[in-house]
Amino acid sequence: MKQLIKNLRKYKDLLYELIKKDIKLKYRNSVLGLLWTLLEPLLTMIVLTLVFQELLGRGDEMYPVYVLSGRLLFSFFSGGTKAALKSVRANGSMLAKVYVPKYMYPMASIISNYIIFLLSLIVLVAVGAVMHVKPTVYMFEGLIPLLIIAMLTMGAGLILATFNVFFRDLEYLWGVALMLIMYTCAIFYKTDGITRHAWIFRYNPLYSVIVNFRNAIFGEPLDMYHLWFSFGFSAVLLAVGIIVFWKKQDDFILYV
Amino acid sequence: MTDTINTISDMPDEALTTVGEPEAAEASGEAAKPAPKKKLAKKVIILEGVGMKFRLADQKVDNLKEYFIRMIKRKLNYHEFWALKDVTFHVRKGWRVGVLGLNGAGKSTLLKIVAGVLKPSEGNITVKGNVVPLLELGAGFDKNYTGAENIYLYGTMLGYKRDFIRTKFAEIVEFSELGEFINTPVKNYSSGMKARLGFSIATIVEPQILILDEVLSVGDSKFRKKSEKKLKSMMKKGVTVLFVSHSTAQVRKICNRAIILDHGKLIANGKVDEICDIYENMIGVKGED
Repeated sequence: MKQLIKNLRKYKDLLYELIKKDIKLKYRNSVLGLLWTLLEPLLTMIVLTLVFQELLGRGDEMYPVYVLSGRLLFSFFSGGTKAALKSVRANGSMLAKVYVPKYMYPMASIISNYIIFLLSLIVLVAVGAVMHVKPTVYMFEGLIPLLIIAMLTMGAGLILATFNVFFRDLEYLWGVALMLIMYTCAIFYKTDGITRHAWIFRYNPLYSVIVNFRNAIFGEPLDMYHLWFSFGFSAVLLAVGIIVFWKKQDDFILYV
Repeated sequence: MTDTINTISDMPDEALTTVGEPEAAEASGEAAKPAPKKKLAKKVIILEGVGMKFRLADQKVDNLKEYFIRMIKRKLNYHEFWALKDVTFHVRKGWRVGVLGLNGAGKSTLLKIVAGVLKPSEGNITVKGNVVPLLELGAGFDKNYTGAENIYLYGTMLGYKRDFIRTKFAEIVEFSELGEFINTPVKNYSSGMKARLGFSIATIVEPQILILDEVLSVGDSKFRKKSEKKLKSMMKKGVTVLFVSHSTAQVRKICNRAIILDHGKLIANGKVDEICDIYENMIGVKGED
């Protein structure tokens, strides 16, 4: 543990450089640069609103805020886990040359995604203001799901990064899994009328996070079941992720 | 070096060891402990019974699909291969140790273990001081990043602080002779340019332990001279060096001690001339190299 802290202090500048690199390279050579982070979710929101609101005619004024909040959280989870999954393998050649704490790579890719995600919340604030979402004290609750989703993504990311070293087709499988997760997260639909297989919404930690984030936005108290379920699940996943990564990290070099 | 004389009287196995006798090696390890009384340099690299096992699959299975197919067919055969076995020796501060051996003798594995990249399957290794590996220079660069950005990236990877790199930045750029190319993405660099930049970053700090693989072929002859000069000045200041080579001529020129690895075993360890003679005899008999 002491060793760990010493190491973290020694390499914190590397972590900073890796995060900076992730963010810088993502937007290099793009005309709009970081503005894409804001524009992209906004455009998706407009498309989804047009399809589900105008074409299919569900009457809900707040639909744009609803869909945007869900989508932002999901795309952080999806982007973060995907980046973490590739991180160790992508830096394989480096691992073989210089000793660097290996968790730096997945950690940096998740943190850089988290920073971009937090920036993209500006869009949500703007859309909320335009749609006249009433600011309430409950909005501070939103910080809790934001913390839980960071834990959840880090846990999943560490596990995926580890296994992707040994099985390089995991990337495609995870892509499919993400699709399944997306459709069971109620991003662009409401769960109210769904009675068949309603258990899906009880055992999906990402959905639990999204529910509470929306509660915070719309001025409602946090749902205790979803709060504890998502927190418990994320904590366990993070612990498992750390253990798996720790146990396997010395073998990485033999496979990358 | 004066310490070699001390060493010989102190530890008979040091001068010339036919290893394979772990008792002798262990005895040296214990005898060394009360050493501080004498004026021996500090041990900076200590290997005790280090072994490195690789699991070789008959065919590399690196995806789930194949893994399951083979699991069902029960065709997951591995055989074990010891790249290093029971290697025990130590290096004192200021020693420049040549690592001799034929291809596949375990030289690179040994260097990777000392560099901390590989963790040995058995045995213990202690390394004191910061290790700078000058292996495949520039391999750690991000090709989409410019030279300047890579200085920070690679520098922090070697464990330097950002503030420190900032103060040394101009010096690195100057030494690398990249001029205005420093702001070009590294993907447009020639291999020589990459190696020059890599060398300049890695040697900006006087490392305590330097790991060299073969002779540095850094860029053109002009830069090679410059880099050799820099390495020599480091050696004068007493940096510890591990140098891998096939060539006894090079080892005699650079090192003051040497070891021979053969099929993962340490078969000789001692002063450079004696060991080089042994090695020349050895490969003369085998007729290889």
